[in-house]
Amino acid sequence: MSVLNAERIKLLSTRSPWWCALLAIALPVGLTALIASQAQIQPGDAGNGVYITQMLSSLGRAVVLVMAALSITSEYRFGTIRSTFQVVPHRATALLAKTAVTAIPAMLIGAAVGFGSWAVFQAINSFPELALDTAQDWRAVAGQVLVFGITAVLALGVGMLIRQTAGAVAVLLVYALLVEGLIGLIPKIGDDIQHWLPFFAADRFLGLQDDIPQLRDLPLGPWGYLAYFAAVAAAVLAAGILSAQRRDA
Amino acid sequence: MIEAVGLTKSYGKTLAVDNLSFSVPTGRVTGFLGPNGAGKSTTMRMILGLDTPTGGSALIDGKRYRDLHQPLRTVGALLDAKWVHPNRSARAHLQWLARSNKLPAKRVDEVLEIVGLTAVAGKRAGGFSLGMSQRLGIAAALLGDPQVLLFDEPVNGLDPEGILWIRKFMHRLAEEGRTVFVSSHLLSEMALTAQELVVIGRGKLISQSSTEDFVAQATENTVLVRGPQLGHLRTALGQAGASVRDEGAGLVVSGMDCADIGELAARTQTVLHELSPQRGSLEEAFMQLTGDSVEYHTEIADAPTPATLVPAGK
Repeated sequence: MSVLNAERIKLLSTRSPWWCALLAIALPVGLTALIASQAQIQPGDAGNGVYITQMLSSLGRAVVLVMAALSITSEYRFGTIRSTFQVVPHRATALLAKTAVTAIPAMLIGAAVGFGSWAVFQAINSFPELALDTAQDWRAVAGQVLVFGITAVLALGVGMLIRQTAGAVAVLLVYALLVEGLIGLIPKIGDDIQHWLPFFAADRFLGLQDDIPQLRDLPLGPWGYLAYFAAVAAAVLAAGILSAQRRDA
Repeated sequence: MIEAVGLTKSYGKTLAVDNLSFSVPTGRVTGFLGPNGAGKSTTMRMILGLDTPTGGSALIDGKRYRDLHQPLRTVGALLDAKWVHPNRSARAHLQWLARSNKLPAKRVDEVLEIVGLTAVAGKRAGGFSLGMSQRLGIAAALLGDPQVLLFDEPVNGLDPEGILWIRKFMHRLAEEGRTVFVSSHLLSEMALTAQELVVIGRGKLISQSSTEDFVAQATENTVLVRGPQLGHLRTALGQAGASVRDEGAGLVVSGMDCADIGELAARTQTVLHELSPQRGSLEEAFMQLTGDSVEYHTEIADAPTPATLVPAGK
């Protein structure tokens, strides 16, 4: 508990997490509002249901990737990681506390992005299909809480492995925003690989673009994909912690 | 009590610390002396469990650092005053450290008071001068009221006032019965601060002794004698049991003081142009001892001409 509290003080005693959080929420919600105000939705088109409101959540996710990676790489940058390991020599404890203290705000941001995007769309351009009726609808909106939390864990793991802000952020953003999408372009095997990529899995859990025909025959269901996404994040985090234990601080 | 036994650290083929064994006694200020790059910081990081030794071990009161429960209560350390998040206030920095080891929140204000930073406690640590950063680092080291304290080059870059403050502070800590282990590359500073000395060069132990012994051993007092004809005096000095060596046109005599040499010169009717005591400086002594073990030599004697002065690269 004391280690968690120490991490909480660390997180809340600098301003950058607040700016990141604000950006992570304002960017997707703001752009969703813009889309809602311009969209001309015909009664038949609205088969998309509520996930039309979540199309831009990946922007918030990208900011959370940066925020979470920074929370560990900035400690390496400023040398405070040494103070951290000095006061808590059991490194796994220190790093798991940091993971918890970063993942929880990320989940709150996820809630704000999910429900915020949905509410703002609803307020500007309301139509009946946007109501949260089915379990699927709830998964698309409330599911952001889990997706954002797991995203933070994944980014922390990468941060622990790479240690440098520029490197970790570049790897995470290029991967999340470009690589996953481009792999699908590889002929023949591209699709099969893509079906096992972590952020693809996160999107399948949320149910984004489920109406696209190519996405019908998938190896896992939504909850299976969530478990898979979580397993990948946990594996990267474990690798990060192991690396921190082995290497000199 | 800190004890290093066969401590070794290698980075690839480079041996930074080579089979180093020493002990730091309780209740005294022990200086950890060596030229830049001798392995002092690496050794301190190994004592604190930040770097893993390639071989050997470092024990604090018989325990490895990583096995300490709430280590701030046993060991306080200042390795680098810059290891602070620049946008965090001094108080917040101490608060998270204190919380991690379940130290009472009021202890933060106490240590701020001790180092005299109370007035700037709410200010960003990034805006601190080096002296203030050092004080903040010392405050952090004192948080858990530990019996063992480690400081790495605490006076580096400080003004005379800051140096004096730190020197007095170390003495106070040792008088309170604590173990203080402080590194420096300046022997003159250590001669004033430390009672015991652990001297290393190139990662190897050169000596461990009291500072007094080290200084006495290292600085030999001699007398320089110059004159037009020193032949008779030389013989007489030799007979009187002094040891003599030539230096330029003069003689360097050891084992006899100025008064005796002067009288001997009168008896042998030798004209003297100079008779002056030579006190070996601490720096010279230190250079002599660690001379072979400085990692990056500067060859002043055969300095390259400007045309060839190109970066050598490491």
